[in-house]
Amino acid sequence: MLSYIIRRILYAVPIIIGVNVLTALLFFYVNTPDDMARKVLGEKNVTPAAIENWKRDHGYDLPSFVNTEEPGIRKVTETVFFQKSVPLLWFDFGRSDRNNIDIGQEIRTRMWASLAISVPMFMAGVAVNLFLAMMLAYYRATYIDIWGVILAVVLMSVSTLFYIIGGQYILGKLLRLFPISGFDAGLHSVKFLVLPVIIGIMASIGTGVRFYRTVFLEEINKDYVRTARAKGLTEGRVLFKHALKNAMIPVLTNVVVSIPFLFYGSLILETFFAIPGLGSFTIDAIQSQDFAIVRSMVYLGSILYIIGLIMTDISYTLVDPRVRFE
Amino acid sequence: MPVILATDFIVFFLAGAVIYFAFAVRRDGAAASAWREIRKNRLAMACLAVLALYFSVALLDSIRYRDPVINEDGVQAMTEEGSALYSAQALSLLDRAFEGMRTNHEKTYSAPFARQLFVKENIELTDGTTVREYAPLKHPGAHFLGTDKVGNDVFFNALKGIRTAVVIGAGTTLIIVPFAIFFGVVAGYFGGILDDIVQYIYTTLASIPGVLLIVAFMLLFGTTGYQGGLISEGQLSLGVFVFNDRLFWLALILGITSWTDLCRLIRGETLKLRELEYVQASRAFGVSRPGIIYRHIVPNVMHLVLITFVLQFSALVLAEAILSYIGIGVGPQMGSWGNMINTSRLELSMDPVVWWNLTASFLFMFGLVLPANIFGDAVRDALDPRLRYR
Repeated sequence: MLSYIIRRILYAVPIIIGVNVLTALLFFYVNTPDDMARKVLGEKNVTPAAIENWKRDHGYDLPSFVNTEEPGIRKVTETVFFQKSVPLLWFDFGRSDRNNIDIGQEIRTRMWASLAISVPMFMAGVAVNLFLAMMLAYYRATYIDIWGVILAVVLMSVSTLFYIIGGQYILGKLLRLFPISGFDAGLHSVKFLVLPVIIGIMASIGTGVRFYRTVFLEEINKDYVRTARAKGLTEGRVLFKHALKNAMIPVLTNVVVSIPFLFYGSLILETFFAIPGLGSFTIDAIQSQDFAIVRSMVYLGSILYIIGLIMTDISYTLVDPRVRFE
Repeated sequence: MPVILATDFIVFFLAGAVIYFAFAVRRDGAAASAWREIRKNRLAMACLAVLALYFSVALLDSIRYRDPVINEDGVQAMTEEGSALYSAQALSLLDRAFEGMRTNHEKTYSAPFARQLFVKENIELTDGTTVREYAPLKHPGAHFLGTDKVGNDVFFNALKGIRTAVVIGAGTTLIIVPFAIFFGVVAGYFGGILDDIVQYIYTTLASIPGVLLIVAFMLLFGTTGYQGGLISEGQLSLGVFVFNDRLFWLALILGITSWTDLCRLIRGETLKLRELEYVQASRAFGVSRPGIIYRHIVPNVMHLVLITFVLQFSALVLAEAILSYIGIGVGPQMGSWGNMINTSRLELSMDPVVWWNLTASFLFMFGLVLPANIFGDAVRDALDPRLRYR
């Protein structure tokens, strides 16, 4: 088991390097530090000296990829790419380009706000989707099922933006059930979190229910289910005890891979509801064109994705003994 | 003088592809039977009709030309070198068909079918006194979805969003299909080191969060391109083409972030196909490897391409709205439902509520995405029954 995990992590190394090189190409080669400096300092009235100053302050005053002036190994290490990318490996994100804030510190504090909204949304969302999907599977090929699927297709055809705007308007403004947006520390945040969580779940129901229903229906047509029915078990027991257990395997791939991303929060929901998490952090960075933050978030996101993949593989071997550590 | 944007090529190519497939289906037995199955599904056919309507609007909005500038004395204006001078505005056939709607501006908001403005303003009467009253519209009753904050017709704005949605929904997949097929087939058929390289490329791309890759790419490439609206001489190549088109960059990067799934599917299918008897047989008969790939592998992965194409359509349209909403999608001058939502977001907090802008973008978007979803399901069920209800 341990050797399997280690091997999987080693497989991830070239991918992490690839991500780093790709983002570096985008951020240092296509968009040179000079461009960045000009964007930060303003397009007009920029002297070459000011640009050089800014580059030196932010550590962009080295060559991008190869430093021909340095001897030996320092040809590679004394470059923007090396200086900016390698510290990422131990999660040293450096400072932002604009406000000179410590990105790592910011991520560590904002992470909790993201988790406060994404964890309840994720758990309640999966529970609701699984429950509804099981209901549809239980009443399969009846009008409940047919209309349920149609409703799911209709729900997934509505943009998330409308769920948010409509939810804020109806639940927040007309019915005054929840505050429209905002955030507070500790337990006081609960009243702010209910609305985004409800809306997040609503937006996921269409795709989620349809997917899980398919998984259940595939399972229901298998031999062991027929055997369970033949030995006289009730339909509910067959479905919720026998089929559910086996249907969890495909469900796991869908669910486990997204667990690490809970740290990441939700870009759209967080901006709409003014939640100071990583999602709104990223959007703010995008809008102020702070490339140091965007680059850090790209790296963090890739790491989380790779962790998700590894976790998925491990969880497979845990729930299904037929899958070996290969 | 015609003007052709990079994204117009996508729309023309799409039109060509539709015509080509319509003829190809007749010749191909399997495709014809799949088509018969789709034809039996009345709901799917109704959805296809709606999609065709949207697409024809997009096509009309992609054929554009610039009018010559006419001087006050009715003579065509010339440049100093003696060539004809053309307007900076390239109006499409759609703009010209809805000329009235395009140019009937009001001062500010007005409700659907209203005869007066939505907000009161000071009006000076003939006797010199001023009253605070709803001013009458310049074009009463003409705006059947009302007007927006700057007085543009909302229905026309929503119509202009169609081309953007179709280009993103369909064009994105069109751009990346050749790459996905090439890499997928090469990886699956040749295996070995080529397979490792292709798998490495798509795993790396997939592990970068899609939104951020799009953001980085658009911040770097999108800002210089044609944003919609007036066309400057500098943007024109050969006086006709606009290659640096922001919408094209958006379609390209959406494609780069979404080709990995298709590539993976094609690779898997090719792995399976190359072991089948008829492929083995043609190898034994000495058919060259490119010959086998061209004749036996590629035609047999095309159903995956078609399924991905229709299923990704709606997801991409929804993604475009969100990206434009964040401000990294299409330019602000370009008609887009995401831009409409963005400008109308605060209107719900006004009192009384300005609801028509948001409603219009919702209806137009829903009217495209729902049929696309239903038709996509029908196509998939007909082409690959194993994937049913996925």
